Amino acid sequence: MSHATIITANDLLSGEVVYLTASGQWSPNHLDAMVLVSKHKGTARLTEIQNSDKSVVGPYLAEVVQASDGTVLPNHFREIFRTKGPSNRLLGKQAA
Amino acid sequence: MYRYTDFDKIFVTSRVDQFRDQVRRRIGGSLTEDEFRPLRLMNGLYLLLHAYMLRVAIPYGTLSSTQMRALADVADRWDKGYAHFTTRQNVQFHWPKLQDVPDLLEDLSKADMHAIQTSGSCIRSVTSDHFAGAAADEDEDPRPTAELVRQWSTDHPEFAFLPRKFKVAVIGSKQDRAVTKMHDIGISLVRDVHNSPGYMLSVGGGLGRTPMIGMVVREFLPRADLLPYLEAVLQVYNQIGRRDNKYKARIKITLHEHGIEEIRRRIEENFQLQLTRFDGSDQKVFTRIESDFSAPEFKHGSMESFTKARGTDPLFRSFTDTNLHPHRNSEYSIVTVSLKAHGQTPGDASSEQMRVLADIAEKWSHGELRVSHEQNIILPHVHKGDLVEVFATLQRVGLATANVGLISDLISCPGMDYCDLATARSINIAQGISTRFNELKLEHDIGSLKVKISGCINACAHHHVGHIGILGLEKKGVESYQITLGGDAGRDAEIGKRIGPGFSADEIIPAMERLIYAYLDMRTDTSETFLMTFRRVGPAPFKTVLYDTEVKTHAA
Repeated sequence: MSHATIITANDLLSGEVVYLTASGQWSPNHLDAMVLVSKHKGTARLTEIQNSDKSVVGPYLAEVVQASDGTVLPNHFREIFRTKGPSNRLLGKQAA
Repeated sequence: MYRYTDFDKIFVTSRVDQFRDQVRRRIGGSLTEDEFRPLRLMNGLYLLLHAYMLRVAIPYGTLSSTQMRALADVADRWDKGYAHFTTRQNVQFHWPKLQDVPDLLEDLSKADMHAIQTSGSCIRSVTSDHFAGAAADEDEDPRPTAELVRQWSTDHPEFAFLPRKFKVAVIGSKQDRAVTKMHDIGISLVRDVHNSPGYMLSVGGGLGRTPMIGMVVREFLPRADLLPYLEAVLQVYNQIGRRDNKYKARIKITLHEHGIEEIRRRIEENFQLQLTRFDGSDQKVFTRIESDFSAPEFKHGSMESFTKARGTDPLFRSFTDTNLHPHRNSEYSIVTVSLKAHGQTPGDASSEQMRVLADIAEKWSHGELRVSHEQNIILPHVHKGDLVEVFATLQRVGLATANVGLISDLISCPGMDYCDLATARSINIAQGISTRFNELKLEHDIGSLKVKISGCINACAHHHVGHIGILGLEKKGVESYQITLGGDAGRDAEIGKRIGPGFSADEIIPAMERLIYAYLDMRTDTSETFLMTFRRVGPAPFKTVLYDTEVKTHAA
């Protein structure tokens, strides 16, 4: 069972879903997210972010799985919805 | 309608200034999220799945044409061109940006609107009968009382940090269209044997994860004693309501744990104290409020166009068969405008639709509109001679769906498409049911049926009191929908019974079909509604058609 995670949050100003990249920036694209391969690494990085980053609200760890082509996808349907936007209107990320 | 005094206007604009400064400090970093969150919630601002969400108050569901236009302008200027009307008669914007919210609120304040106490652990917006002041079956307009309670509860310093949210509803008719029995406090306007005005009060109703029907704590309370009594109820709750467990913090749990006799004793004891604190000036305020709610100047006119069109225009006939309710004035009608066009998101309206509704109300409904907890818009005072033009105007903007009270007039919360609390989507299921039964052309044959779909156990769509309730959960990593049957939101409120294991998103629509066909088979005649059939035959036959694989195969 994979313990790989990414860190995701909402942008403070826009409320948009964002993902933490390896350089410590926040991207709206989950494909840019830094994958934290162990539970320990994930928790450690999350704690750092919670203590320092003021540009986002409510960061947390989202479990991911790796597809055969190497791309990384959240493994829960809620997190998949967060990468796209609502399914009843063409709004949010999917509209960009 | 209530007219803001100078005090009210200054109160709202001061609140906007205060919040503007709080937002500035949050953005600048001198307020943490933990400090800011309770403050933004008390100004109706949530942070949900994809964006912020602002819930604007529409007290007791009453708004003017001017206010509806203001909402349309906010939708265009600060959001994405539409708004969502809620199950507590309020309105939500699902895409504001934090730094824009103070300006948005300032725009609203110019139309005497605000987002105060639409969230947070405080007394929320007071709800009422969406047909208040218009319905033929009404004893007395509940809205002056609702307005008094609103003023008393707004920024009440003692009750700003209750154990949990607190919801009050008021009705003035034996038809309980405000679902008072499922509120923390339900207030009914009643008269005693001498015809003196007063209130009957129930406490401890609520839905969510532990649905409970409210219990009567006072059969009759003299009118002038309302605020002291409410103060007593809230003080008792504030003192003994649980703060250790979020899921046991509502007054319904307090009532359940202590018992009705003990709670009543505490309230009455505290009430004696409160009586000494109130000097009667609230009743002077009440008299002024009442004068704002006098009936409009109804007109007399020909109703010939109405009678003629019902004979010649089948669409008009269909609309007037389903979407009207008897008005206290025999020349008038209450019109329910359905925001449930087949396949559309329940409760949503575009800014264009909102402007057209405002214009219709200004021209043909004495400038007034209502929002119902069933997520529709009401035109409360329409002369029958104007209905032909009203209908034609509604048709032009897709607001003429003739489905009020039918299966496709469903209530649905925003669910996992928007809400961060949700465990499943609800809008897609609502759209699926609506589309399917429209395709089958069965709606009118099925008749009166209230379907309510919640996307999580918090039950914001009131699924517990739907004739058919659907609860969206998660099972083994996919969305799973549980059905409850036999709920009722009216005066004889009942909580629906869970019928069995959940269905997947693909299975739930065929399951609904089996339920409906079973009802159509079993009913004695067309006058027996779904709810009546369920009460007569019980859950067993419905359970069979839903789960018995042999039956399912034959039905397919």
